[in-house]
Amino acid sequence: MIPAYVDLSEASGLLVALLPEVFLTGWVLLLLLVVAWQHRSAEDQQLVGRLSLAGLVVTLALVILYWLRGPEPEGLELMIALDGFRYATAAVFLIGAILAVAISMHYLRRESILVPEYYLLILLATIGMMFMGGGADLVVIFLGLELMSVAVYVLAGINRRSIFAAEAALKYFLLGAFASAFLLYGIALIYGATGTTNLTLVYVQISAMGLQTDVMLIAGIAMLLVGFGFKVAAVPFHMWTPDVYDGAPTPVTAFMAAAVKAAAFAALMRILVQALAPMDSVWTEAVWWLAAITMVVGNVIALAQRRLKRMLAYSSIGHAGYLLVAVTSGTDLGTAALLYYVLVYTLMTVGAFAILTVVGRGGERDTRIDDFNGLGSRRPWLAFAMTVFMLSLLGFPGTAGFIGKWYILSAAVQADQFKLAVVLVGASILSAGYYLPVIMAMYMKDPVSDTAHVETRAVGAVRWVIGVTAMLLLLFGVWPNAVLDLAKEEGRQLRPAVLVTVSR
Amino acid sequence: MLLGPSLTVSLILFSIGVAGVLIRRNAIIVFMCIELMLNAVNLSFIALAQQLGREGQVIVFFVMAVAAAEATVGLAIMIAIYRHKNSLNVTELNLLRG
Repeated sequence: MIPAYVDLSEASGLLVALLPEVFLTGWVLLLLLVVAWQHRSAEDQQLVGRLSLAGLVVTLALVILYWLRGPEPEGLELMIALDGFRYATAAVFLIGAILAVAISMHYLRRESILVPEYYLLILLATIGMMFMGGGADLVVIFLGLELMSVAVYVLAGINRRSIFAAEAALKYFLLGAFASAFLLYGIALIYGATGTTNLTLVYVQISAMGLQTDVMLIAGIAMLLVGFGFKVAAVPFHMWTPDVYDGAPTPVTAFMAAAVKAAAFAALMRILVQALAPMDSVWTEAVWWLAAITMVVGNVIALAQRRLKRMLAYSSIGHAGYLLVAVTSGTDLGTAALLYYVLVYTLMTVGAFAILTVVGRGGERDTRIDDFNGLGSRRPWLAFAMTVFMLSLLGFPGTAGFIGKWYILSAAVQADQFKLAVVLVGASILSAGYYLPVIMAMYMKDPVSDTAHVETRAVGAVRWVIGVTAMLLLLFGVWPNAVLDLAKEEGRQLRPAVLVTVSR
Repeated sequence: MLLGPSLTVSLILFSIGVAGVLIRRNAIIVFMCIELMLNAVNLSFIALAQQLGREGQVIVFFVMAVAAAEATVGLAIMIAIYRHKNSLNVTELNLLRG
């Protein structure tokens, strides 16, 4: 059914290699027709949501099928990679999108936001992400990034009645476009220095022509890092993050914090490891500093937050720092740690934001930690799930977050970055200062009033999202082997394609 | 032909764009400066394509398409914010803070 080898220089070969992306694109176009017909009532919107969910699930199945018995490239991977890293990251993005769509269905109805195109934008952004994780060419990665970004700009401002959403969208748009320009300039300079935009050929050119000290190439890498710094919200390029996460509708925030960030990390890791490996003396130091500052600043400012949504925004900056530690190592183990942590991070972030939509009930922006007072006695299961998410974000033993963080630590130690490992541990201890108060509020404080939490109820798909993510986090926390092995296997595959062929 | 000067002009244009984004306060002018940055990069690609083959010229078309898509979405977002605030001054975007 699926050929064992495809020639990526031919259109037919490319079509086979891109089947999951092509399917999802076709599905979006069909849904666009459905929306043109049926867009007047909340039921129509619900229908589009269900169809989007179906499309995402089928795409996930296709990705897994390719993962198990995908075609091998015949010759060079010209535009799209055919390795496990592509399928693993695509699976993470699709899981993030499925969870986001699931929590959106109830949210949009409750907030009476009637924009069926909402789901299409999530799907389009997901396609962009898949190209970011799978592109084997700088230009393909750039186009994927733009497809994702443009869709997410609109998503941030999808609630036209909210002035906060409009402000968030404008800030995100201006800074996002600014960052894209830097990224593009970086690509242009790398193209100028090496004469190619293909990741493998960039690697070959740098090694063969001895470009390690080429000024143009180093400037290009610096620009590239600035662009990605904005996209992954690394300090000092993080200014937009808290405002945008704060103002956007909560399911969109969950999608941005989880999948969008994961996609930027996937692209960054692939470019640095597959194309710029010979330049590691240049970028390791830069990423080292980004990681250290991001971890410290993100966690320190999060300590000062009283509103949960903003606190989670700063916590996501801190987590970008942890992921940058995995990038810094640049080893197979680092890639594996990144893959594992991105999956776990997606689950716990979406779960925490899902609980926020339930407890906030339209006022998520103003939900304070005190609003969780006494949730443990009134809604024990919800409080239990929130405890799991908070402990997992903290990296408490027994949850998946702990395994992920421990794995990142071992990657840092293996790469002889002891100082960074120390910073990571310190930042994690600091983060207990804002995760634990939420748990304390739920179990140790009395409800503010007798009527508190009476209306708090997880209904429909949201309940499933919270339940499934919490259970998976506990499962991966005590029995992580299967996923870890998978991550290790795919981590080993992400290396300059030249070396893969030699080792086969 | 003129590779060095072209790249220099491109760098200067890019820097003007960056400076404009950082200095100007009107959202539309900020966006124009971002467009200037993208077009500066396009100039680099075109100049490099003389030596490195047609690939660079093809990339420029992709960038132009991306810039057009960004403009559509960006201007729509600006209309949305103008309806709320009757202003496009980015220093007045101060509702979200803390």
